[in-house]
Amino acid sequence: MQQLPKSIDKTSELLASEGYVADRSLATLTYLSLTLNRPIFLEGEAGVGKTELAKVIAKGLGRDLIRLQCYEGLDTSTSVYEWNFAAQMLAMRNGVGEADIYDEKYLIKRALLKAVEPHASGPPVLLIDEIDRTDAPFEAFLLEALSDFQVTVPELGIIKAQEPPIVILTSNRTREVHDALKRRCLYHWVDYPDFDREMKILTARVPEAKQALSLEVVAFIQKLREEDLFKRPGLAETLDWAKCLIALDVVALSPDVITDTIGAVLKYQDDIAKITGGAATRILDQIKQDMQALK
Amino acid sequence: MTSAAGTLPDNIVYFVRALRRAGVPVGTAQILEALRAVSVVGFTNRLDFHTTLRAMIVTRAEHLLVFDQVFTMFWRDPEFLENMITNLLPVITAPPVDPLMEPARTRAAEAMASGGGKPRCAPQQEQLEIDAQFSHSDVEKLSEKDFDAMTAVEIYAAETAIRTMGLNLPKVPGRRYSLAANAVQIDRRRALQGARRSGGEMILLPKRRAKPRRLNLVVLCDISGSMTSYSRMMMHFVHSVAQFQGQSWAAVHGFTFGTRLHNISPLLTIKDPDAALRAIGSHVRDWEGGTRIASSLGDFNMHWARRVLSTPSVVLLITDGLEREGIAKLESEMARMALQTRELIWLNPLLRWEQFSPQAAGIRAMLPYVSSFVACHNLDSLQELSDSLRNGLHADHKKRLIGMLK
Repeated sequence: MQQLPKSIDKTSELLASEGYVADRSLATLTYLSLTLNRPIFLEGEAGVGKTELAKVIAKGLGRDLIRLQCYEGLDTSTSVYEWNFAAQMLAMRNGVGEADIYDEKYLIKRALLKAVEPHASGPPVLLIDEIDRTDAPFEAFLLEALSDFQVTVPELGIIKAQEPPIVILTSNRTREVHDALKRRCLYHWVDYPDFDREMKILTARVPEAKQALSLEVVAFIQKLREEDLFKRPGLAETLDWAKCLIALDVVALSPDVITDTIGAVLKYQDDIAKITGGAATRILDQIKQDMQALK
Repeated sequence: MTSAAGTLPDNIVYFVRALRRAGVPVGTAQILEALRAVSVVGFTNRLDFHTTLRAMIVTRAEHLLVFDQVFTMFWRDPEFLENMITNLLPVITAPPVDPLMEPARTRAAEAMASGGGKPRCAPQQEQLEIDAQFSHSDVEKLSEKDFDAMTAVEIYAAETAIRTMGLNLPKVPGRRYSLAANAVQIDRRRALQGARRSGGEMILLPKRRAKPRRLNLVVLCDISGSMTSYSRMMMHFVHSVAQFQGQSWAAVHGFTFGTRLHNISPLLTIKDPDAALRAIGSHVRDWEGGTRIASSLGDFNMHWARRVLSTPSVVLLITDGLEREGIAKLESEMARMALQTRELIWLNPLLRWEQFSPQAAGIRAMLPYVSSFVACHNLDSLQELSDSLRNGLHADHKKRLIGMLK
């Protein structure tokens, strides 16, 4: 089992080794979460790397990743466990007695139950994704699960985690999550990365991109985020766009190229109309000027 | 750690107190956790210390700024830890309210109290008399009277009447299910469960039905100068509806707009209507000013719609629609809002005139996008709204007015 990082710097290194460039405060938070066994609550716009953090921690520490995608109406049978009734019935018809019917082999384990079970590679990473998509009853249920790290199956008894899992909750803030749940977590607002960090991320994630093109892409996206847009492009869009441009063998941005590929960056018609209708050229000229000035 | 480590917990406690004064709610358990976290991280790097405390204490994005400010103010002095007590006291006893803001606050509070303020200051005896004076028939007469034409005493009575008023809404089928004997859908899971009890034979077929789910309510209330006579009454209405929460609404979100959009949802949870209105009065800074409907709605669509309209909701838009500039923007913002709501109900006090016709450019731009257009100038019209929401039948003027437009 891989050791937990011993300091904030080590945590930073761990994340970086998996290609996740975290700022200092996110690294601090991750370190705290790992040391204090507290869940992390990540809030932020779509596509800024919230879910990715969980994947990276799991990979970096060599732990299993258990993902619970939230939706409205999520309940015990879809998030904790369910008895395999059909199998139980067949077993009964084949003469299995009532006492043996509640055996673990008839138990279908869902994310939360899996997370509290012992794992060979150490406590797993439990990712509760897009918690804002679920409803208040499930949130209330999570309160208990997250504070004690135990689940109750009436027929089997209480199953308690020997070592608590590493829990990461994410939210796109399409709804306010109750304070009682947030209080139990370490809260972090994941913002859009600044130029340097975005550049580092792009280099780490899309190494095949040429330096010149990467610079242009990041500068353009950074400027785009300052425009009055309904949905500003996230980090995921930057990476997508860079990949698109590479696939098209583009070496430098031009208004035509932007018009053709803007669908990878902006996802609202109003925004696209605004940018392709003149703003793209203006931004492009501006970044070219800035680059000249730097040289 | 330095020799000051012994006073660090105290400092953190004092810091949290200062934070609480600035309006950030922090629980005792959070302080304990914060102390533990600080001891884990160590007290060496200011940035780490800042992040640690912030992660432990702040649970809402809107508190981040307050936290950062209080943090900077509180931990400014590098020698702070050595002479904590002498330095600390002035910081936490300083009033958190900016003196410059004070007049604005009072002005806003006064604006809230104007009109309806008097009867509440009246001596107890007189109030009793007023209560006796409004017998049943008087309330009936009152209910047809325009809020604009009411005397202070009548306004007081009307406010009292509004307090008992709630909004009833039809529930919609949710994603959770409950057992129902006369439902159509078979609950397969429960049927199998039953079969397990009877040795693998399915004897009963239990049925299930989707549990009705409550809708969210979002209220956007215009508080500009042209709405003066109504906005106070509407605030009472919004507050009373918010207090009905749990009976017919999943969540109530309130916003006011004049020249700027303000979120008043947290203030609507204050139980006492007068206290709530006072709080709203001091929070909202643009009472009875100009009106910028288009930009306020734009603000709402941009920053709030994605947060409050993601679950099925009904939007009440309370405004007279008298917008002069930016008609094109107003139209596009209305279109966007209409796309995100299940029902967009426009409450307009101008409907008090029977000959009302949609001449103003703002009204003509907004009208096509609302699902219904109803009056809100007297108690009757509010009651009607409540009744019609429950029955799904609106006292709707939209069709008639759209006809007039053509």
